[in-house]
Amino acid sequence: MTLLGPLLMAGIFIIPVIIGMKSHTKHDIMVLDETGWFQGKFKNNVDDNGLTFKAFTGTQNAGKDSVKSGKFSSLLYIAKPEGKETPHPIIYSEKQPDINIKNYISKIMNDEVEKTKLTEQGISEDQLKAIKSDVNITTIKINESGQEEKSSTELAMILGYVSSLIIYMFILLYGVQVMRGVTEEKTSRIVEVIISSVKPFELMMGKIFGIALVCLTQVLLWIVLTTTILGVFNTVSPNKLNPTKTEQISNNTNLSATGNQVAKVETPSADKQVGNDILTGLKNVNIVQELSLFILYFLGGYLLYAALFAAIGAAVDSETDTQQFMLPITVPLIISIVAAQAVMQNPDGPLAFWLSIIPFTSPIIMMVRLPFNVPIEQIALSLSLLVVGFLATTWIAAKVYRTGILMYGKKVNYKELWKWIKYKG
Amino acid sequence: MDIFVAKEVTKRYAAQTALNKVSINVPENSIYGLLGPNGAGKTTLIRIINQIIAPDEGELFILGEKLQPKHTALIGYLPEERGLYKKMPVGEQAMYLAQLKGVPKQVALKKLKILFEKFEIQDWWAKNVEDLSKGMQQKVQFIVTIIHEPKLLIFDEPFSGFDPINATLIRDEILELRKNGATVIFSTHNMASVEELCDDIALINKSKKILEGKVSDIKKTYRSNSYEIGYNGYSENLFSLLPGGYTLLEESTADNMLTAKIKLPKDESPNTLLQLVLPHVEVHAFKEVLPSMNDIFIEKVNENRASVSSNLS
Repeated sequence: MTLLGPLLMAGIFIIPVIIGMKSHTKHDIMVLDETGWFQGKFKNNVDDNGLTFKAFTGTQNAGKDSVKSGKFSSLLYIAKPEGKETPHPIIYSEKQPDINIKNYISKIMNDEVEKTKLTEQGISEDQLKAIKSDVNITTIKINESGQEEKSSTELAMILGYVSSLIIYMFILLYGVQVMRGVTEEKTSRIVEVIISSVKPFELMMGKIFGIALVCLTQVLLWIVLTTTILGVFNTVSPNKLNPTKTEQISNNTNLSATGNQVAKVETPSADKQVGNDILTGLKNVNIVQELSLFILYFLGGYLLYAALFAAIGAAVDSETDTQQFMLPITVPLIISIVAAQAVMQNPDGPLAFWLSIIPFTSPIIMMVRLPFNVPIEQIALSLSLLVVGFLATTWIAAKVYRTGILMYGKKVNYKELWKWIKYKG
Repeated sequence: MDIFVAKEVTKRYAAQTALNKVSINVPENSIYGLLGPNGAGKTTLIRIINQIIAPDEGELFILGEKLQPKHTALIGYLPEERGLYKKMPVGEQAMYLAQLKGVPKQVALKKLKILFEKFEIQDWWAKNVEDLSKGMQQKVQFIVTIIHEPKLLIFDEPFSGFDPINATLIRDEILELRKNGATVIFSTHNMASVEELCDDIALINKSKKILEGKVSDIKKTYRSNSYEIGYNGYSENLFSLLPGGYTLLEESTADNMLTAKIKLPKDESPNTLLQLVLPHVEVHAFKEVLPSMNDIFIEKVNENRASVSSNLS
């Protein structure tokens, strides 16, 4: 699983791209242009969309028949409009053409119509080219020493979001493993033998730390392997990966916030610019700082939750009973992931601040905030509260563990747990 | 010297008292039986001795010192509900548990190999625990309990779950452990084993100790001056030969031999009984009827129950 994981993760990114590249079904579109304005304007676009355009000579009905008989897949019929009106093209096809094709054709026609109209107004094509602009914003951070670093907003957002996702996943995954291990020891009754040699607290902490190390190793391995695989893929077929995926991810994260989806048709130059920004931005991201904070928050969050999971494992008699206790523990984690999007939109607002301070949500939310230059005092406060947090949950867990680990057959509810926590010695 | 002493140990759980000022003295190099009905408090006491839980009141001493965490290396514990990690190989697990008790790795390896051979499970060293039969698993558990050669061994229901052959194996082991200088405390309902093995016992009922002492002494206390005669050659009622003051407790026949249990009058010598019957019968067996631990157990617990209820009413 350790080795399979990165392959799967990389696969999630790579496979759709590969499938996307190969799987365009060929569309031949016959163009019946009664206006004559678009002669030679429809360029074949086989690579991206599988489109070939051919001029059609014949009537509209003949064209429709050819579509029906399958000679070609679609007919683009542009009737001559009345006067100066914009043409209203119709695409006849057997199957519904996909949105990319429609957009592609639409764009070409729009560009042509615009050009024509502007030319009629007296603006030449060269003037037109000069007007058309492609504003691409370069973001540069000015840090305390006045140095300027090229940064990349998209990259920062992705890094933050991905780190928080990783923390969320692994806390859940390995926290549950701690819980299972504790319950297993309880049901197999080996626990009584072991705690005649070591204290219950030592057994619980041993389990938590042991699994923490496994977890950390796996996370780091995943990160290294996944980036390596993606890096290799990127050198092999460059630019296929980053820009599209970057846009897609930021589109997805913006989806619920803004409610609309950015059109997938981008001008090639903008793509390249974003891609370059990402690569330079990557070099400038303070890897050491980001990584060490990642590890600190990861460990803190894990320790906090693992203690609670250990407590649940000790309180119940079998795995099926764990469900009722798991929900309250996982709720803060879920809240964090849901709030992450809002935090990304407003990284310095009150929601972001409080969620990145409270120990239960801070590991995830702070990761999301980090790319947006969180003041060092807030990070310090957040980390120290996290430490207090996991010390507190460990203390509670120790009390529950010590009593629960030998208690069988009692249906445990929160009242019972509270008694155990108060119970001395 | 007493290897282990508990003084007025008391333990309360929320609603009830599990142990109420229980004191026991376990003589060194003895086999000590901890008896009592279910729910009496035996397991609680055992857990306190193993420092799994702490008493609310009272003190415990091992080899004259107050009981501390370091003493766990001197104690070997086989709980009643015993278990092992199912998916871990047997040998590896035994090594882990041995090292947990402080046995160095190389020493543990050697000793375990010897013990595995002794108990005839050496072929299962590399197999997972779940592949072993229950009896084999229990052998492993037993081995792991004695691996660090503890001075004090505590077994909670050691014979439960063992077939007769393995039960004998365990019994022989317990005797050998005592021969080698260890002290064994075991808690059981198997009165036959108590009869066979124990030097001393303590009987606990409803969180209180109601009896303690050497088995032989206790039996003598409960003796009732009864004797058993195995005889034949007298077809009539043997009892009619006896004057008043004698009680016939039991009579039975088996394979031509008649057996009678007769209670003598107080302080009467058994020789008198023999003299009375010898002229008439052929005596094949003659011995004192000592109460079984089973009977003493039942009698004592019932007595205790009666006195408790009479105190309440």
